[in-house]
Amino acid sequence: MAQEKVEFPITGKIVGVNVKKGSVVKEGDVLCILESMKMENPILATVDGTVAEINLSAGQVVEAGDLVTVIEY
Amino acid sequence: MFGLYETAFGALTWGNILMFLVAGLMIYLGIARKMEPILLVPIGVGIFMVNLPYAGLMIYNPEGFPAEVGSLSELIKSIGDGKIGLLNVLYTYGIESEVIPLLIFLGVGAMTDFRPTIARPISFLFGAAAQIGVFVVFMIAYCTGWFTVNEAACVGIIGGSDGPPTVFLTAALAPGLLGPITLVAYSYMALVPVLQPPVIRLLTTKAQRAIFMKPQLRDVSNLEVILFPLIIFIVAALLVPKSTPLIGMFMFGNLLRTSRVTDRLAQAAGGVFLDVLTFLLGVTVGSLMPASVFLQTQTLAIVGLAVVAFAFGTAGGVWTAQLTNLFLKTKINPMIGAAGVSAIPMSARVVQKMGQQANPRNFLLMHAMGPNMAGAIGTSVVAGILLGMLQ
Repeated sequence: MAQEKVEFPITGKIVGVNVKKGSVVKEGDVLCILESMKMENPILATVDGTVAEINLSAGQVVEAGDLVTVIEY
Repeated sequence: MFGLYETAFGALTWGNILMFLVAGLMIYLGIARKMEPILLVPIGVGIFMVNLPYAGLMIYNPEGFPAEVGSLSELIKSIGDGKIGLLNVLYTYGIESEVIPLLIFLGVGAMTDFRPTIARPISFLFGAAAQIGVFVVFMIAYCTGWFTVNEAACVGIIGGSDGPPTVFLTAALAPGLLGPITLVAYSYMALVPVLQPPVIRLLTTKAQRAIFMKPQLRDVSNLEVILFPLIIFIVAALLVPKSTPLIGMFMFGNLLRTSRVTDRLAQAAGGVFLDVLTFLLGVTVGSLMPASVFLQTQTLAIVGLAVVAFAFGTAGGVWTAQLTNLFLKTKINPMIGAAGVSAIPMSARVVQKMGQQANPRNFLLMHAMGPNMAGAIGTSVVAGILLGMLQ
């Protein structure tokens, strides 16, 4: 099964996580919301698949390049 | 003196009542729709203040201009006599004198991070190209015959989508239109998420909108962020001397931020200081809209022409980015040009959202911020050019 890693594009703070391990997602679905530059930015699924791994919680500060999730497809 | 207590109902005109509706709409949009509440709520209150007969906060003379404030000693007597009100004083000393818009720009500078612009200097090209909306509408407005050349320039500057330069230029060239022009400028800035997407969609293909750009920009050194405001200040002041007040305050504020030793000053400039000036500007601008000034065909024309200005500004940015792409090996997403319309950060946000829609891997926010900030500099320079041409 192929894996797709999704990384945070910029530094910011997580304000909400919309999926959990095992969630089935479609390309373009919102994985989590990142607050950065005083705006709420949705981070989207890049492929259709299943969330294999996600370790995020609201309030967590993340850096650009940190892992959002791994999607299996 | 001991006559019947006088109410103001008899003096209310239909125009006043219509203006109450306009004021109510501004306050509604601000509070319920959260559209630029920091500006629209004070502006709405200001409109109420000037349209309530005998309220005495903003007094207009019979010629349709704010009553003259005169020198400081006359001022104190005039207030006592009820010839001028609080808002007349704020208007004369704060806006006609350009003090408030310039100090607001100092605060905006202290809050602006130019790193995305420095990381990609080509941003300046888009920030400049997006100003064509200003000139296109300047021409159209003048050709309609409804506006004098000075007024037409001020209608055009709405397309720069930057508040302080708009107020600065209009206070200097066409103070009679300051109320409607500022109101339209701030309302449309809030409408950028509605105005820009159709224009961008019209001018780009889905493939172009989906062009991927690596999310991160290069690191910018501390030396660069310190030199940037100084260089922009000197270059702009030499190229367009009349833009010096705006750019000077903008860049001074920015240096307070980037120097890293004047954090307290930067926080003051971008904090309560800026807030106070913002509500003074809002309420005073609102009070420049008595029914006699606002309810004219000119106002409707401004509302219509401003849409054209925003559309051409957006198009100018997108076209220039598409043109640039012909010469670039690694293509850029042409939508970032649209962020040259400097409504910070709304237009960058529009680009970010549309980029993500077209390609979920895309995250164009930082790329769009570059032209966005450059656009703010561009509008100030254009205000200086117009001032130099027409004053």
